[in-house]
Amino acid sequence: MSETAHAFAEAEDVLSQAAAWRAAGEKVALATVTETWGSSPRPAGSRLAVTASGHMAGSVSGGCIEGAVAEAAMETLRTGVPKLLDFGVTHERAWEVGLACGGKVKVFVEALA
Amino acid sequence: MTPETLAALQRARAEKRPMVLATRLADGAQRLLPDPAAPAALAEAAAAALAADESRTVEIDGTAWFLHAHNPPLRLVVVGAVHIAQALVPMAAAMGLGVIVVDPRRAFASEARFPNVVISHDWPDEALDALAPDVRTAVVTLTHDPKLDDPALDRALKSPAFYIGALGSKKTHAARLKRLRALGHDDAAMARIRGPVGLAIEAVTAPEIALSILAEIVAVRRGAALAQKLAA
Repeated sequence: MSETAHAFAEAEDVLSQAAAWRAAGEKVALATVTETWGSSPRPAGSRLAVTASGHMAGSVSGGCIEGAVAEAAMETLRTGVPKLLDFGVTHERAWEVGLACGGKVKVFVEALA
Repeated sequence: MTPETLAALQRARAEKRPMVLATRLADGAQRLLPDPAAPAALAEAAAAALAADESRTVEIDGTAWFLHAHNPPLRLVVVGAVHIAQALVPMAAAMGLGVIVVDPRRAFASEARFPNVVISHDWPDEALDALAPDVRTAVVTLTHDPKLDDPALDRALKSPAFYIGALGSKKTHAARLKRLRALGHDDAAMARIRGPVGLAIEAVTAPEIALSILAEIVAVRRGAALAQKLAA
């Protein structure tokens, strides 16, 4: 049995990775899905860890909002201020980030510090 | 999140203690529960999130909190270190289940056959008494040998295990139920046993049977409609 394998509660692997990165001297931000509506791909509690150097572990969506969340994480690392992001359905306009699946999610972003 | 909070979460995980990380969404303030010093409403909501194994946002006295449930992994007790177990154990571990293999026959339950797995060489009834299956435990018997399967099933039926499965044909299972009835288990209790074990996917090979068992465990765990059919 692998001690790191941890489905049904896989978010905790992300914490271990975040801890390892921090121990290695990286600045780390954590993003967590706090609420979902409709057919969002990842349940509340799903985590993504992002480092200032651009490493990522885990996920908060099927991939559609990871980029925007990582950007917000970078800003939180700079400012130290946590924030609650709100992602809705994708519209046709290219500059809007959203979920193609039609769901909605809220993601909390904080620094590990 | 402070490094101290992260360390506390990791410690709870290592010690297999359930824990909730509560985050006040307005400002990111965090606290861990259970905590005797926590307000009653927050403590209750945290306990409910753990019981449901569900992370959720709740509103308490006009304040939004995100309650992140961190439960220890589900356990799978595999009775019988047989060929199917050799397929089942790594697949279950990859799914994040904490696996324990029980078989007093040391030639079967060897480290060579089951590397990096917790192995018990106790008799299944003693092993299950020690493991004390709870609502987050699944028990699967694979030996085909009543001497080993029956005591395990007897103990599993006396526990609140969320899943109990027994390998064997319909005929084998009928004979097994007769023996368990003689041990004092009634029909309602025995209806908890999934036998023949696994979802009906016409599995033939050991990995296929392992897949059907794990799929059934997921179906039961998640309350899927598919899980209903065997209860009949």
